[in-house]
Amino acid sequence: MSEAVFAHRMQFAFTVMFHYLFPILTMGLGFFIAWYSTLHLVTKDKRYLDAAQFWAKIFAINFALGVVTGIPLEFEFGTNWSRFSSFGGGVFGQMLPLEGVYAFFLESGFLGMFLAGERRVGRTLHWLSGMGVAFGSLLSGYFIVATNAWMQHPVGYELDPSGGVRLTSFWAVLLNPYAGWEYAHTINGSLLAAAFVIGGVGAFYLLSNRHLEFARLSVKTAVIAGVILALTQLFPTGDLNGASVVQYQPTKLAAMEGLFQTQKGAPLAIIGMPDTGNEDLIDPIYVPDFLSFLAYGNIHATVDGLAKYSKDLWPPVELTYYSYHIMVGLGTIFIAEMLMGLFLLWRRKLYSSRWFLWMLMLTVPFPYIANEAGWVVSEVGRQPWLVYGLLMTPAGTSTNVAAGETVFTMMGFAGIYAMLSILFLFLVARLIHQGPDKSTPAAG
Amino acid sequence: MNVAWFWALSAMLTAYAVLDGYDLGVGMLSLWVARGEDQRRMAVNSIGPVWNGNEVWLLAAGGMLVVSFPRVYASGFSGFYLALMVLLWLLILRGISIEFRNQVADPLWKSLWDAGFSVSSLLVALLLGVALGNVIQGLPIGPNGYFQGSFALLLNPYSLLTGLLSVAVLAWHGANYLREKTEGSLLAKAVKWSRGLWWWTAAMVVVVTMATFIFRPNAGRNFSAHALAWAFPLLTLGGLLLGLAYRSEQRNDQAFYSSMLLIIGLMGSAMLTVFPNLLTSTVDSQYSLNIYNAASSPLALRASFIANIVGMAGVIVYSTYVHRTFRGKVRMDGGHY
Ligand code: HDD
Ligand code: HEM
Ligand code: HEM
Repeated sequence: MSEAVFAHRMQFAFTVMFHYLFPILTMGLGFFIAWYSTLHLVTKDKRYLDAAQFWAKIFAINFALGVVTGIPLEFEFGTNWSRFSSFGGGVFGQMLPLEGVYAFFLESGFLGMFLAGERRVGRTLHWLSGMGVAFGSLLSGYFIVATNAWMQHPVGYELDPSGGVRLTSFWAVLLNPYAGWEYAHTINGSLLAAAFVIGGVGAFYLLSNRHLEFARLSVKTAVIAGVILALTQLFPTGDLNGASVVQYQPTKLAAMEGLFQTQKGAPLAIIGMPDTGNEDLIDPIYVPDFLSFLAYGNIHATVDGLAKYSKDLWPPVELTYYSYHIMVGLGTIFIAEMLMGLFLLWRRKLYSSRWFLWMLMLTVPFPYIANEAGWVVSEVGRQPWLVYGLLMTPAGTSTNVAAGETVFTMMGFAGIYAMLSILFLFLVARLIHQGPDKSTPAAG
Repeated sequence: MNVAWFWALSAMLTAYAVLDGYDLGVGMLSLWVARGEDQRRMAVNSIGPVWNGNEVWLLAAGGMLVVSFPRVYASGFSGFYLALMVLLWLLILRGISIEFRNQVADPLWKSLWDAGFSVSSLLVALLLGVALGNVIQGLPIGPNGYFQGSFALLLNPYSLLTGLLSVAVLAWHGANYLREKTEGSLLAKAVKWSRGLWWWTAAMVVVVTMATFIFRPNAGRNFSAHALAWAFPLLTLGGLLLGLAYRSEQRNDQAFYSSMLLIIGLMGSAMLTVFPNLLTSTVDSQYSLNIYNAASSPLALRASFIANIVGMAGVIVYSTYVHRTFRGKVRMDGGHY
């Protein structure tokens, strides 16, 4: 792989992974804000309005960062991946403007109204704009996931004799079978992360004995939503997202599982370190036959191993394997943690179990890690294909951009994003410190 | 269909120039026109709830370019690589300056973001103008449809002139917006600046028009072929004349329309100058990327046209509604902005 191709990949990977840190919370929190606003509209209970407004302030900062880091990505398809855009723009590009037209306009238009406050726009309209923001955020996720799904499993196209691909069906691209569960799993992951953030802040207030009413509401919301979401993250969404991989991307599946030899009744490796030299796992712990069962619902089924494919069609095995195991491992921990919370809630000990509150507060970053790791599985696991089975990654880069240029701008992004991270953490910490009390003045 | 897409894209970009144009203009002016916390805050708040929505016009136009003329997107974006990356950094700085300014009530913090907002707005306006200038003048596109851009190539005399035109027009537009939205001493200054900037705008329009015929000798082609094409230069002229008519303080609410007309006229004229090319090659005219050789397949064009037109109809309805909610003078009571 040439230096230039490597530089483009690193730049894209870095900028998209940084961007994704923000939509996680935007999509998840948007839903919870809409939920609290609705409860307030129905019950007229002031607590819900305070909660909605507190989270809206955090949402606003997070949203701003999502916006400014998202714009570079939209450009990078052209700046860094120009041959890919030229090759398939008419097909995968179908979804890109729709995201702007159907989702971003909605989000940005209504966020201004929501933040202007109830006094300015009236109660019903305020609620409606909250719904608009939440709906817009969730929708924007779909279009971008459908774009990604086309790269995982291209549909609705034919080869153009002059090179590139031609659209044969708009609906096939929009309703790509790969997109459905990928989207459900991604959104579910965002909601789960938001539940952890809400619970973490609530736990922090309980532990430091402040804003108790708000804190109890938050922790309770987090635990109840968290149990459901942690479970649905595994089943059905994770499981069926995996089914798409089984069906369409055998090399990714084998890399995720560290399966080198094709086997009948393949075992599932719980832990172990892949050794690509000897084509085996080091120090593995296996559950016999379980991989065959998960993949095909039959313990005797045959699962293809990596050895069946030429080495230049392998994705980077270690990265794919570890990322997958980190995601699934964390997912299992989340289920256990949230079930514990539910148990404490039932025994009415939730608000006084300091050890649990500490844990809830400290595990806030983990859903973020799981979400990012999941994307590394799908994107790195897709390699060496840019569009699976159709276009190799090195064939998609811009040839009229030198490696040196990309390295330079990469350093620019690294510096700017480091600064953005510091500012973001500072401002969010400040808002959390101020708390949901109405006596502290709104931003200003 | 190819022609319809050309005009749809032009319309998107024009809407972007009119809408984000005023908040770029407000940004440029804010450091100089607005003095003291009250005025600065009023200036930022006048665009606070709408700037992000305005920027989406650019994003949506970019997305539409990918799907309709992918080869233009590929060639233009990779060729302008470095300039676009700088543009992105400026857009990042600008976005966070607007959003972070009011988060902390400290004068130093605020002056930092005020400066960021102003400088980034100015440079964004300049860069966008320079980009448009290069599109009009043409680029060294080779037989494979690509070119290798560099700052030295992009910053040529003609494009610098269009860059300055863009700065002048948007600053005037921003001043007119402030006349509509603000009150008190800031309003008085906005009126004064709007008058002064009118002269700069008029001068730059004349200079750039003449320069266009020097640097792109066939610029008049479409205008001599189609009488209707004259509508756009006439709109430009009309905008300028209306601007003159709306100088007085009784006309603060209408002044905005004069610069809006001017921008529509200028963008339309620019588009007609290049049509049917999108990126003109200066190496050999047969390497130019035009609305036929750079387009997606007919089905791709048709499907995306329908999908986007339907969506845009909805967008226009509710963004009109959002703008109406915030119509009238800026209010400074509570809330986020
Ligand atoms: C909170 C985050 C989170 C958690 C706990 C999990 N996942 Fe996940 N996973 C994601 C967040 C995520 C993600 C970031 O949202 C991904 C990236 C692409 C996608 O579709 O979702 C993903 C991808 C992803 C893929 C790859 C799909 C592809 O290549 O296109 C599979 C097979 C799974 N997940 C399966 C699971 C299973 C069986 C889990 C068991 C608990 C699990 N995930 C937990
Ligand atoms: C959903 C829309 C997405 C699209 C259309 C997309 C597209 C791409 C493209 C074009 C590349 C470059 C080619 C390559 O090296 O494979 C890439 C690579 C990559 N993307 Fe994505 N991506 C998306 C989402 C994400 C997200 C959300 C993340 C992570 C948070 C991510 C992580 C990566 C990584 C890590 C690479 C580098 C892979 C490698 O170099 O081996 N992607 N993606
Ligand atoms: C290559 C991939 C991606 C591109 C090109 C991209 C592009 C963008 C752009 C341009 C924005 C700013 C919109 C505005 O101005 O309002 C944005 C924001 C957003 N993006 Fe992405 N994005 C990518 C990956 C993702 C993924 C994978 C998701 C989720 C599944 C996502 C979800 C969002 C959401 C919810 C927002 C709203 C604002 C916020 O994030 O706070 N994006 N994105």
